[in-house]
Amino acid sequence: MSGIARHLFGVLVLVLSAQAVFAQEPSVTVGSKKFTESVILGEILTQLAATTGAEVEHRSELGGTRILWSALKRGEIDLYPEYTGTISKEILQAGDAATINEIRDALKAEGMIVSEPLGFNNTYILGMKKDLAEKRGIRRISDLARHPDLRFGFSNEFLDREDGWPGLRRDYALPQRDVRGMDHDLAYRGLAAGSIDIVDLYSTDAEIEYYGLLALEDDRAHFPRYDSVIVYRDDLEGRAAEVVTAISALEHAITAADMIAMNAKAKVENVPESRIASEFLGRHLGMQTDRRDVGAWERFWIHTVEHLFLVAVSLAGAILIAIPLGVIAARFSRVGQAILGTVGIIQTIPALALLVFMIPLLGIGAAPAIVALFLYSLLPIVRNTYAGLHDIPRPIVESAIALGLSPSQRLRLIELPLAARSILAGIKTSAVINVGTATLGALIGTGGYGQPILTGIRLDDVGLIMQGALPAAGLALLCQAAFEIAERRFVSKGLRIKAG
Amino acid sequence: MLSSPVIELEQISKAFGATQALDRLDLHVEAGQTSVLIGPSGCGKSTLLRVLVGLIEPDGGTATFEGTTITPQSVHALRRRMGYVIQEGGLFPHLTATENVVLMARQLGWPEPKWRSRLGELAELTRLPTDALGRYPIELSGGQRQRVSLMRALMLDPHVLLMDEPLGALDPMIRFELQVELRAIFRRLGKTVLLVTHDLDEAGFFGDFIVLLRNGRIEQRGTLEELVNEPRNEFVRAFVNAQRSTVAPLREDPRP
Ligand SMILES: Nc1ncnc2c1ncn2[C@@H]1O[C@H](COP(=O)(O)OP(=O)(O)OP(=O)(O)O)[C@@H](O)[C@H]1O
Ligand SMILES: [Mg+2]
Repeated sequence: MSGIARHLFGVLVLVLSAQAVFAQEPSVTVGSKKFTESVILGEILTQLAATTGAEVEHRSELGGTRILWSALKRGEIDLYPEYTGTISKEILQAGDAATINEIRDALKAEGMIVSEPLGFNNTYILGMKKDLAEKRGIRRISDLARHPDLRFGFSNEFLDREDGWPGLRRDYALPQRDVRGMDHDLAYRGLAAGSIDIVDLYSTDAEIEYYGLLALEDDRAHFPRYDSVIVYRDDLEGRAAEVVTAISALEHAITAADMIAMNAKAKVENVPESRIASEFLGRHLGMQTDRRDVGAWERFWIHTVEHLFLVAVSLAGAILIAIPLGVIAARFSRVGQAILGTVGIIQTIPALALLVFMIPLLGIGAAPAIVALFLYSLLPIVRNTYAGLHDIPRPIVESAIALGLSPSQRLRLIELPLAARSILAGIKTSAVINVGTATLGALIGTGGYGQPILTGIRLDDVGLIMQGALPAAGLALLCQAAFEIAERRFVSKGLRIKAG
Repeated sequence: MLSSPVIELEQISKAFGATQALDRLDLHVEAGQTSVLIGPSGCGKSTLLRVLVGLIEPDGGTATFEGTTITPQSVHALRRRMGYVIQEGGLFPHLTATENVVLMARQLGWPEPKWRSRLGELAELTRLPTDALGRYPIELSGGQRQRVSLMRALMLDPHVLLMDEPLGALDPMIRFELQVELRAIFRRLGKTVLLVTHDLDEAGFFGDFIVLLRNGRIEQRGTLEELVNEPRNEFVRAFVNAQRSTVAPLREDPRP
């Protein structure tokens, strides 16, 4: 990263942390992963913690384990629901499944405390349609070895993790080659549509019942236990002891059947997680909790503000940095190639990977997302600034020199105005890409239009997906229109009229 | 009046890779003279003008402008005293004719009444219709563009005009008209002019002196009559004959 970019990076971080300070931070922050069960448990924890009078915020649907774990370590969240199997394999990277006591000790060294199990084991299992299983005579995972033609559709996390597909294939010597990675929720649709035969499931998934699936028996005990627990920072006991006491009410309090029922309520009946949580707390723990439902319009407004914030800040930063970079690239050809190469390489980093790289540096939320969007916005603007300046005919440039204009006068009065159309087109491209890419920010807790999309995919709710996708598309169109107006303002009429 | 050299080139050389564009060239131009550079394509005419304007730094030799050696440092100040006009005019397409002409004056802080009156003078001098002043270059005819280009070059009242095929892109009718007007303007203003053309006839029409170049060297410097009647070598004779055979006899000189 160049010196200038590093400075901007610093400024962004400053602005964002200043914001956090003025926002008066809530004393306890609960996190949850981007699947429904985690969101429900996060909501239960949030409402339970709030009964103590503490100010509690729920940062829900924050991507996967790595994101939650780094957020916890950085203190951006104080607690979140996790599973023992995930802790031992993903966080501790222990070869064999650790016992809960080993896990406790290991996490203690990291400053984290693990609760007693909440009462259910949500391990991975493989599922397939009952009728197909019957036809092929499949009941156990080991039976799959005899059916190499079956098509597998696994969640990306399952494909990657050691206790997922790589270990499973080894332990059962599975021969299947058609193995695709896809979103967990989309996998069910593929299964229903018949385009895949086997999916990975969580044993408390609501869909097992809903889609009439057979959960294949793990006859070689490959999958470790995934007992649901709460992980929290050890400083929470000092800061909010009542909260720690309150959440301990959940220990051994949730059965697998409870969890499946709650999952089904959310996914099949589309009941909001906050209501599911308050009903559970009322029914099982006799607790009256507050929940705040946000109306559709208010939610839309919040998402709009969040989205615009991400786009506006990252784009403004990119414009401020990229235009000078483009000018430098056009002026000094050696440095120019280096600049164009570097911003080009940034563009090839997958958006999600870039977001995740940012987390150890900047945590979760708007800061890493803005930096990532900023980096993505650089290339089109730098390249178009460079091209716009580079394409100015030589006689024009030489006339300007011969006229006696200084280099800075030339840049301001001749070169930038002549490159204006190209530069604007670059900014427009960046803005449109930016609006789309910003939806991914929801995975690291930025909110915005990505939030309803994420929730919609999770709940298989097309309407909800549209609540994010349509405004995002609308915003992209609005950007286009705004730039057409800007072109009239910034591009001289002498360049806009056609030769006649 | 005792004329002093405005432009002095001594042993100027410039190579582009293997091409010797200027080869130890010497040239003196006196104040108030119109000198015309002519020669086969690629002989170094444009390069010579670009050395004077400081667009190109020569490999060797010295170029002096009104007594000051042209260097990358000095040339910026000297440019105020030079007006440079190129074939297509080199007008800035995003500025109107007026904006093109007065750009530099405004940068130098001329008050509006001053640049407006100078603009009016120049429009009259070059006979540019007033309604053309508000138009963008793309909305002007080729002849109008050259008039605007000349106005721009004259705006700061330079001592010297450097013109690289100013009429090269115009059709013959307009070209003839502008030749006559240009020469009248040169005479009226008494500027020192260094002009490039491809056309010996035009060279004879404009030039007090004609400078015939080949391969970056001067083959002969003299009046048209001298070139025609006393060619210094076979190349000059061949060049003159090739050009003379294609055009009508020498045009009547309208000078009294
Ligand atoms: N920037 C450059 N890079 C490389 N070679 C150049 C450059 N400028 C000029 N030359 C070469 O130098 C020689 C002289 O060029 P110059 O433009 O001065 O010729 P000219 O006499 O103006 O020709 P024309 O009548 O065609 O305009 C030519 O061979 C040309 O190809
Ligand atoms: Mg030339």
